Amino acid sequence: MTKTLTHLERLEAEAIHIMREVIADAEKPVMLYSVGKDSAVMLHLARKAFYPAPPPFPLMHIDTTWKFKAMYALREKAARDAGMELLVHQNPEAIARGINPFDHGSLHTDMWKTEGLKQALDQYGFDVAFGGARRDEEKSRAKERIFSFRTATHGWDPKNQRPELWNLYNTRKAKAESIRVFPISNWTELDIWQYIHLENIEIVPLYFSAPRPSVVRDGVLLMVDDERFPLKDGEVPVERSIRFRTLGCYPLTGAVESHATTLPEIIQEMLLTNTSERQGRAIDHDQAASMEKKKQEGYF
Amino acid sequence: MSHVKTNNVIYKTDDLIASDIDAYLNVHQHKSLLRFITCGSVDDGKSTLIGRLLYDSKMIFEDQLATLQSDSKRMGTQGEDIDFALLVDGLAAEREQGITIDVAYRFFATEKRKFIVADCPGHEQYTRNMVTGASTADLAVILIDARKGVLVQTRRHSYLVKLLGIRNIVLAVNKMDLIDYDQATYDAIVTEYNAFATSIGINDFTAMPISGFKGDNITERSVQMPWYTGQPLIAHLETVALDNVADQAKPLRMPVQWVNRPNLDFRGFSGLIATGIVRPGDAIRELPSGKTSTISKIVTLDGELSEAVAGQSVTLCFADEIDCSRGDVIAAADNPPEVSDQFESTIVWTADDPLIPGRAYWLKLGTQTVSATVQSPKFTVNVNNMEHMAAKTLELNAIGVAEILTDKPIVFEPYTNNHVLGGFILIDKITNATVAAGMLHFSLRRAQNVHWQATDIGREAHAALKNQKPKILWFTGLSGSGKSTIANEVEKTLHLLNRHTFLLDGDNIRHGLNKDLGFTETDRIENIRRVGEVAKLMADAGLIVLTAFISPFRAERDMVRAMMPKGEFVEIFVDTPLAVAEARDVKGLYKKARAGQLKNFTGIDSPYEPPEKPDIRVNTVEMSAAEAAEHIVRKLMPLK
Repeated sequence: MTKTLTHLERLEAEAIHIMREVIADAEKPVMLYSVGKDSAVMLHLARKAFYPAPPPFPLMHIDTTWKFKAMYALREKAARDAGMELLVHQNPEAIARGINPFDHGSLHTDMWKTEGLKQALDQYGFDVAFGGARRDEEKSRAKERIFSFRTATHGWDPKNQRPELWNLYNTRKAKAESIRVFPISNWTELDIWQYIHLENIEIVPLYFSAPRPSVVRDGVLLMVDDERFPLKDGEVPVERSIRFRTLGCYPLTGAVESHATTLPEIIQEMLLTNTSERQGRAIDHDQAASMEKKKQEGYF
Repeated sequence: MSHVKTNNVIYKTDDLIASDIDAYLNVHQHKSLLRFITCGSVDDGKSTLIGRLLYDSKMIFEDQLATLQSDSKRMGTQGEDIDFALLVDGLAAEREQGITIDVAYRFFATEKRKFIVADCPGHEQYTRNMVTGASTADLAVILIDARKGVLVQTRRHSYLVKLLGIRNIVLAVNKMDLIDYDQATYDAIVTEYNAFATSIGINDFTAMPISGFKGDNITERSVQMPWYTGQPLIAHLETVALDNVADQAKPLRMPVQWVNRPNLDFRGFSGLIATGIVRPGDAIRELPSGKTSTISKIVTLDGELSEAVAGQSVTLCFADEIDCSRGDVIAAADNPPEVSDQFESTIVWTADDPLIPGRAYWLKLGTQTVSATVQSPKFTVNVNNMEHMAAKTLELNAIGVAEILTDKPIVFEPYTNNHVLGGFILIDKITNATVAAGMLHFSLRRAQNVHWQATDIGREAHAALKNQKPKILWFTGLSGSGKSTIANEVEKTLHLLNRHTFLLDGDNIRHGLNKDLGFTETDRIENIRRVGEVAKLMADAGLIVLTAFISPFRAERDMVRAMMPKGEFVEIFVDTPLAVAEARDVKGLYKKARAGQLKNFTGIDSPYEPPEKPDIRVNTVEMSAAEAAEHIVRKLMPLK
C-alpha cells in the first residue's frame, strides 16, 4: 500500500534531513533563535530530528534589548522545554552607545543585529549557524542556497556559492569559514502557519489579537510595549484590538487591527488579506534591494 | 488591462476560507507536493508563464500587484497589459552586479497540490543551472515558441531532462495566440518533437498548446482551441504521478545520516528513506558489512510508527547489536544494493577549473564521502546535437562519460533505478568547491571479479621480523633543492643503524617504471600515483621507504598520505628558495627552461605548491646536506 505524503510531511522530512547532515560534519553548530514563528518551527523540527536525544547544539538569541516583553518570556520557556542551552548576545558597543530604533534609524539594525551576530559567532567559534529564512519572503531570497557560505569576515560572496544537486549538500569548508544553513527554505508563510496549527507549537501570544496600547505613526500601527517609547506631543496610546504578522524590535514592527484570536482565524485572515508579509517591517523599505545589501554585510 | 483575465480562476479566495476555515484547512493539510522545472530561454515566454501561474493561483499580493502594474506601464513591453515576466525577472540588475544565479525557486499552490518551481535563468551557465534545477524535479515543462518550432535549445533541454531521469515531461507549445491558434502548426511541432524525443530515449511526454500571456490552457481549457482535448496545464500538474509514490514500490534503502545514541539504552539510526517501505519486524541488511537484523521499532517524537515510507525522515532501531555508522545503507535483507569501487558514470562538470584525470576528489553519494579519481573521459556529449566527441578532460558545463575509481567500496545503485544511491557530487579537496555532478551507471566488471587475496603473512609480520616500524619518508621540493642528496645521506645513516631501507629516486624511476610519462599536469599526477603505490607495497613489506620527487601538487601528496596508516607517511619539505635552486642548477635544467627548451618546468612555467604543515622541514640555505640529514634522523627516532 503506497501512501501519498502531504506537502507538510515532505517539507518536514527535508528540514530534518538538512539538520542531520549539518550535525554529521559541523564542528560547532548553533541554532539562531529569534523567538518568532519561524524560529518556533525550527526549534520544533530540531527536536524531531534528534529525538530521543536533545538537539546537539545550543540556541542563540541575538538580542537588541528592544524586543517585545512577551518574546523574552517565551524565549526562556522554549529553551527549557527543549532541554537546550540558551545563549543571549547583546552587542556591548551598542549598549555603551545607547543605540535605539527611535534615534538611530538603520544604524540600530546594523549595530545590534548585523554586528551583534558577527561578534557572537566569533566569540563562541560557531562554524555553522541554522537560520529560519524562507525563499518566499522576498525576491532576493528566492535564489538563496540552503547552505550559504561566508568568508572568515562573514561576507557573503554571491559569485562563490555552490550548486546544490539532489539532496547532496557539500558541507566542506576551510578553517575560519562558516556556513549559514536554512532548513525551511522551501516553506511558505502559509506552510508555517499550517504546521504550527497541526503540530500545536507554542508561539508568542502577540500573534493573536488582543487589546493593546498603540499609536499610529507615519501610517504604521505601533504598540507601546514599555515606558521607553517616546510619545510625541499630543500622542496618546489607544487600546486597539491588534496583532502582529511578524515580530522584531517593537518600535520597528507594525501591527494590524484584527479580531483573530485562534490559529484558524489567523490563517483565514492571512488568506483573505492583500498585502505581503514583510510590509509590516520597516527594514525592507529603506531602499531598493535592501535585503541583498544587508545580506552581503552579514545580516541573516 | 483589456486582455488580462482576472476572473477565470480563483484559488486563493476560495469561499471556504470565509465561510468555514476549519474545513478549508482540513482540505489544504492533505495537499501533496510536486516539484517541477521550466526549461526555456527568455524568448520562449518562460518568465511570463511562471508569472501567470503565480498570478492565476493568487500568490501575488495587492502591494506586489500595484508595483507590477506600475512597472508594466513604465517598461511598456506589453502595452496596457500586465507584463507577468516582471514578477519573476529582476535578473537584469543581478547580472549587472555580477551575481551568479543558478536557480531561483518559486512557490504556488492550488486546491490539490503545492508546487515548487525551479526557474533556471542564464545562457552561458545553462547546463549547470538546468542540471541543478532538474535534480530535484518530478516533472519538466519544456517550452517551445510556436512561431519557431523545435530548436537546438529544445533538444538540449530534452537531453538534460532525460539525463537527470525526469519521467514526466510536458511539451508546452507556447505563444499559440501569435499563430492564431493554428492546429496544423501545433501538430507539426509535436510530430517533429516526437521523432527527436524517441531518438534520445524519451518514450512518453504530454504535449499541450498554450499561451502564458493570454492564459490559454493554463487553468482552463482554451475556448480558442476547441480542437485540443487534453487537460490544461494546471490540471495536469495537479494529477501527474509523483516520484515519491513510485519510489515506495522499490526495495527499502535508507542511507544512515547519524547514529542516535543519547544513552546506553538507546541506539537508533537516523536517515531519510530513499526508497521502499519499512515496518517493525522487517528483515534488513546493513551494507557494506552485509550483516542482517530485523527492525525492532521506528522512533519519532510523535511516537513509534507502524510504517514509514520513502520520503520520510525517521530513526530505526534493530533487534540485534550490529555495527552501523554514517555512510552505511540499511536495505531490504533479501534485495540489497551492490557494493563496488569502480564505475562507469556520466559527469557534468560545474567548475571553472577543468577536470584533472587521476587527481583525487571527494565523492559524496548519499551519506558516503570517499576519495575518488576520474579517468580520462571516453567521450563528451555535444548537448546541441548529441554527438560524441573525443576529449582528454572536462571543462565547465561539459558532459562526459568516464570511469570513476573510489579508494574504498561504496554502496550504490544505477542512477536510473535510484537517484539517491546513483547520483553524486565531486568536491575539490583543496578549494572545497563542488566541481561536478554525476550519475553512476554500473559497476565495472573488473571490480566485481578482482577480489583482494588475503595472505597469511601480513604487514605487521613483515615489519616485526625487521624489528622496525615501516614508514614512507616523502621528500618534496623544487628541482635542485637537494632532495636526492639529503635522502641519500639519510638512508646511509639509517643503514648504519641497521634499518632496512629503500630509496626511490625521481630520475631513476623515470628511466624504468615511469618512462612512458611526460611532464604535463596529468602525467605528473600519474607519476606520483605509481610511486605512491610502489612505496606502499614496500612499506607493506616492512621497509622504510625514502622517496625523492619534486611532487609539486599538494593534492597528490595528500593522496599518498591517505593511502597509508596514520603516522607512517612523513612529509619532508626540502625548503630551498627558487633563486637558490636556480643558482645551483646542478643539472643545467633551469637554464634550459629559461631558454624555453624545457616545457612544464616546476618553478618556471609549472607551479609548486609547498606543504602547509610538513612533518619535517629542512632549510638548505642554513644547513648543509649532512646537517639536514642529521636533523631529519633525529626527528624520526626512535624507529621501532
